[in-house]
Amino acid sequence: MTQAIAVHNATKSYGDKTVLRGVDFSVEAGTVTVILGPSGSGKSTLLRAINHLEKLDEGFVSLNGELIGVRVKGDRLKELRPREILRQRAKIGFVFQNFNLFPHLTILENVSEAPISHGIKPAEARKTAAALLARVGLSDKEASYPRQLSGGQQQRVAIARALALDPDVILFDEPTSALDPELVGEVLAVIRTLAGSGKTLIVVTHEIGFAREVADRVVFMDEGAIVEEGVPEQVLNHPAHSRTQDFLSKVLA
Amino acid sequence: MTALAQRPTDSPPSDSVPPGIDAHRLAERRVLPLRHPLRWVITALVLVLLLNFAQTLFTNPSWEWEKVGKWFFSPPILKGLQLTIVATAISAVVSFFGGIVVAVARLSGNPVLSTLSSFYIWLFRSVPLLLVLVFLFNLGNLYPEIGVGIPFGPQFTVNTVATLTPLALGVIGLSLSEIAYSAEVVRSGLLAVDQGQHEAADALGIPKRRQFTRIVLPQALRSIVPAYVNQIIGLIKASSLLYYVSLLDLFGIAQNLGSTYPTDVIPLLVVATIWYLILTSVIAVVQYYIERFYARGTVRVLPPTPLQRVRRALSSRRATAGVA
Repeated sequence: MTQAIAVHNATKSYGDKTVLRGVDFSVEAGTVTVILGPSGSGKSTLLRAINHLEKLDEGFVSLNGELIGVRVKGDRLKELRPREILRQRAKIGFVFQNFNLFPHLTILENVSEAPISHGIKPAEARKTAAALLARVGLSDKEASYPRQLSGGQQQRVAIARALALDPDVILFDEPTSALDPELVGEVLAVIRTLAGSGKTLIVVTHEIGFAREVADRVVFMDEGAIVEEGVPEQVLNHPAHSRTQDFLSKVLA
Repeated sequence: MTALAQRPTDSPPSDSVPPGIDAHRLAERRVLPLRHPLRWVITALVLVLLLNFAQTLFTNPSWEWEKVGKWFFSPPILKGLQLTIVATAISAVVSFFGGIVVAVARLSGNPVLSTLSSFYIWLFRSVPLLLVLVFLFNLGNLYPEIGVGIPFGPQFTVNTVATLTPLALGVIGLSLSEIAYSAEVVRSGLLAVDQGQHEAADALGIPKRRQFTRIVLPQALRSIVPAYVNQIIGLIKASSLLYYVSLLDLFGIAQNLGSTYPTDVIPLLVVATIWYLILTSVIAVVQYYIERFYARGTVRVLPPTPLQRVRRALSSRRATAGVA
């Protein structure tokens, strides 16, 4: 197995509040990693740092051997120009908790927007977008606007949109937290189909059942650091650390 | 559940119902809406006052409606109207794009640009438009020649008075002041776009310029358009200040004709008023459709336009007539 993503000494603070304390973390290509942790544990910040939506104070992220958002200058790291960072992000899909679909564009336009802006011919981009929408079961909604869809449907569109650039890695930031309970299943079902498709998935979620079923590896974070990690069976059923036990007993209660 | 809600036909009314009423019978009848007698009284009062005024339009000979008719399409008035429209239209377009530039500069990370645009907005919002216009018309005294060049190096200059016609100066004056306001309108619209939209566009690697034109600006325009149309309407009226720098716009012509034909002052003012009303109304109609365009996606179903409403009413009437 090759490493798709490696995070080295990720350190970040907002003012005097430290959110990441030197996190080391790596993910093998084609696997599903679920990050768990209480609110404020730094799991979303870590995820957002992977595609450089958050800038790290120290440390770096690499994807398939390429540094993300920075380059080596002498014996230091220097931030890249926005244009280069935007180009790198094409290889990393991101799915937001609040979907963040473009409300003034139709569903089809939402999915084809990024490929068109990366120079794919519009006709071709629309064809790919239509195929992706079929894959998430929303072929009949191509001409609708996001607000005309349910939350679950919107998140499935957001997943199709993240897939449109054929990224190596897809990051999910609490993809089901903004959904009504009965809509969670349809979104998890779409994510499940992506597991084992060759794409590397990193999912921040509170869905323990989903983690147990789909994850190859579970990472538990607290107070800006990784407390423990391992296969789901080990971390979820026999957590070694008292903070993990504490968290699981609260979430599963 | 209460007894009322279940409506069992024979069960006795529960204790929660006030004594002495027939719960079953009352529950089945339609609830009477509250009447508003005072509303009718006030409406009648306002209508009487309005009719009083309307009557004077016909009975007071000083309105001189036949003269209004005579002046309404007269060549000088139409020429003044044309100047008002041209000056307003050019200034509106220039200040819209100028406003975007100044707003983007103000929001940019470049401290020089951001400070400069703040200064520009501060300056032109502080100085009265009339003062700006009069200042510009004396520009020839201040700078007999204007141009650009490298400081202490080669210069390209032209004669100020010969190059800048009064209309050009008028439009420049209106635009300078209008850009300051429209920049703030645009800025408020840009700030109203959800941060998540920027993040989503960033995460998809959409280039910055396309993010602005395709994602951010179209959403910002939804809140920019109403405020900006307000500005344009203000601009139409502000263009009457051009009269003070000897440009004959609609108001200026009416004033001038009024001093030439002193007996026609009132009809001429009425003519100008009606033309301003027409201009504003045309803009309001255009605004309605532009707003509708930018509202797509924000509501589940757009309400019908007035025209569609009329058509629907007509066709439903025809349908009921057909049935009868």
